Amino acid sequence: MSAIKAKHQRLILVLIALVALIGAALLAIYALRNQASYFYLPADIAAKPPEPGRAIRLGGMVEGGSLRTDADGVTIHFIVGDGKNRVPVTFKGIVPDLFKEGSGVVAEGKMSPDKTFVADNLLAKHDEKYVPREMKDMTEAQARAAVKETR
Amino acid sequence: MIAEFGLAALWFAAALAFLQLLAGALALTGRGEGLGAVIRPVAVVQGVLALVAFGALLTLFAETDLSVKLVAENSHSAKPMLYKIAGAWGNHEGSMLLWVTVMGLAGGFVALVEKRLPEPTMQATLAGQAFVSLGFYAFLLFASNPFDRLSPVPAEGNGLNPLLQDPGLAFHPPTLYLGYVGLSIAFSFAIGALVTREVGPAFARAMRPWVLGAWIFLTLGITAGSYWAYYELGWGGWWFWDPVENASLMPWLAATALLHSAGVLAARNALRAWTVMLGVVAFSMSMVGTFLVRSGILTSVHAFAVDPKRGTFILALLAIYIGGALTLFAIRAATVTEGERFAVTSRESALVFNNVMLTGSLGIILMGTLYPLVTEAFGEKVSVGPPYFNPVTAIFVVPMLIVLAIGPLLRWRRDNVKRIAPMLAIPAVLAVLALGAAIVLAPGRVLPIIGLALAPAIAAASVLPLRGRKLRQVKLPLWGMVLAHLGVAMALFGMASDSAFTTEKLVAVRVGDVTPVGPWSIRVAAVEPIAGPNWTALEAEMQASYEGSAPVVLRPQARTFWAPPQNTAESALHTRWNGQLYTVLGDQAADGRWQLRLWWKPFVPMIWLGGVLIALGGLLALLGRVASDVRRLVVRDRIAFRRERQGR
Repeated sequence: MSAIKAKHQRLILVLIALVALIGAALLAIYALRNQASYFYLPADIAAKPPEPGRAIRLGGMVEGGSLRTDADGVTIHFIVGDGKNRVPVTFKGIVPDLFKEGSGVVAEGKMSPDKTFVADNLLAKHDEKYVPREMKDMTEAQARAAVKETR
Repeated sequence: MIAEFGLAALWFAAALAFLQLLAGALALTGRGEGLGAVIRPVAVVQGVLALVAFGALLTLFAETDLSVKLVAENSHSAKPMLYKIAGAWGNHEGSMLLWVTVMGLAGGFVALVEKRLPEPTMQATLAGQAFVSLGFYAFLLFASNPFDRLSPVPAEGNGLNPLLQDPGLAFHPPTLYLGYVGLSIAFSFAIGALVTREVGPAFARAMRPWVLGAWIFLTLGITAGSYWAYYELGWGGWWFWDPVENASLMPWLAATALLHSAGVLAARNALRAWTVMLGVVAFSMSMVGTFLVRSGILTSVHAFAVDPKRGTFILALLAIYIGGALTLFAIRAATVTEGERFAVTSRESALVFNNVMLTGSLGIILMGTLYPLVTEAFGEKVSVGPPYFNPVTAIFVVPMLIVLAIGPLLRWRRDNVKRIAPMLAIPAVLAVLALGAAIVLAPGRVLPIIGLALAPAIAAASVLPLRGRKLRQVKLPLWGMVLAHLGVAMALFGMASDSAFTTEKLVAVRVGDVTPVGPWSIRVAAVEPIAGPNWTALEAEMQASYEGSAPVVLRPQARTFWAPPQNTAESALHTRWNGQLYTVLGDQAADGRWQLRLWWKPFVPMIWLGGVLIALGGLLALLGRVASDVRRLVVRDRIAFRRERQGR
């Protein structure tokens, strides 16, 4: 059991470390492919619907007049849209302070089979300085889309 | 005046760092005979000057001197004093000044007390430390000057982010920075040892206390940061795999591996090249973390591209230091001779296993943290969260935890499985019993079940090294190991219990309503407006009764700060021996009902108690090592003194 060829001990240690690190890298690449959650705009959801149950993030504007609260007082429904495409969203929880109709939101969650987005978490524009990562570019992305259409 | 004074001190400190590097380089290449002697004093003065500059910044913040840009942007005259001072490091420039201050002080401290290593190695080490400091001085002076003036002087400052106005967080960054930057000493020792080819047990013994010290601060910093996120963000979670959290976890994993491999090198003169490598990696991870947090790259790759000066600067520093150190390692590693050999069944092997697993989990967390940046550069936005990190980290951590229970029982060099098997009977039985109980109580939850099964076994196994010893004669480092491993078991139990047994309630209630959550029933007695120094709030009075006993009162608040304008939810917690009740007050619905978020989290405080215990174990080990070093020095001096006297 302990009869390692004395000469080769260092080589064996290096090999073990290499195998473990390469294994870690392969595992990471495999898991990242499957587990990273992609960012969708309502247009992306219409064009290429994500499979239900997969964790994604959805960003867009909370459509005016779409917000309603269930009788339990904590479940809300609203529509995230970009003017053309609309995605109904359900969320149970306390909404962030700056969440309101007509302003931007990033929702973390998954699509359910009935085409509703079930959000586990909502990120709204926090204050003047802090804006969620995706939201910063959202208007830019929408502007690009608009330019494409008018061409 | 104070601002200019601070800036001058900073310039002088930078100049001294340059002198320190130059003197070291000349002394080592044999061109400056007398220069070697100035290195230590210069290192000390450099540290003191950096401290003076930092003191100047603290004074400016304490006085709310709005003519200084940094103060105007981050402070406000109406802020409580504690947060005025904490505001000094609650921003980019101030935190970088804290970074160089800690780095300078650590270098000065090493120069003052480290007497065991050969002088050339010390000179190379201090020159290395100066080389790294110099880059950060340049970064401060050219790209993030904290002493910039503002004209015209504004009437009032911008204020500090209300989320940061919390006593816990006031001391969180300094603690973490002591850890991050303390690792620079390990880095410099590694450089010094590579330059002079002095990699051996003496190098490991000299480096170990510094690594231990930095590691204790990192452990405390991470623990405190996790608890802060837990009670301040109001989401009930204690770890979010946020890149900022990962930035602190990665150096900790590297430092933990380094601590254990340095132990092997000190005791058995094995794992030489590997220990040097980890010394380089640990501080590199600190710098990578700083880059991630400080460059703005986390908000968006585009934000980074808009104001690339700082980010590019830190990226260049990273490339120079990490690239340089790895190159030096590659050149010199072959000349580091092979250490002592050991059998497959031995303490060394267990520690090698622990090191490989720690490094593997470090690699996997690094990849998960960087992946969104890479994909965003190619136009695809992703975020990586718990669905990735939890399972892949567990793949490395679970086997490591099993070996953590066994390793300390093994003898150095060569041991026999049959010898330790009977000792492991109790932990094994505990693991089987706990596994059965966990499967019944938390069916289907794989990771929590594994955690609940392993925690009692690790706790039992970690005290086994004390068996058969007279407790009074057990040395401090051994106590340290036992406590730290107990802390791991404790934190693991808290984590597993939290995810397996937490009860959550989200309700909308009227004043007077009673809501059950787990064993508690909670009645909202009133919701009243109140005012603080720089905020107003709505405060709920909740009467919480545990299984029908006399109620305790909790007062969660929904706060509105007015400088800068922002709302925060202040949770209210009640801790019992068997868990924590966590309450948050939400919005008022249109029909007048209040939203409440309530959690009963069995044994959740054990997560942070475990963290504190791990740090305490580190402290005992550090005290033990320092005490024995001091004893050794005293003995050496006495022998030298006697010889001298006899010689006369």
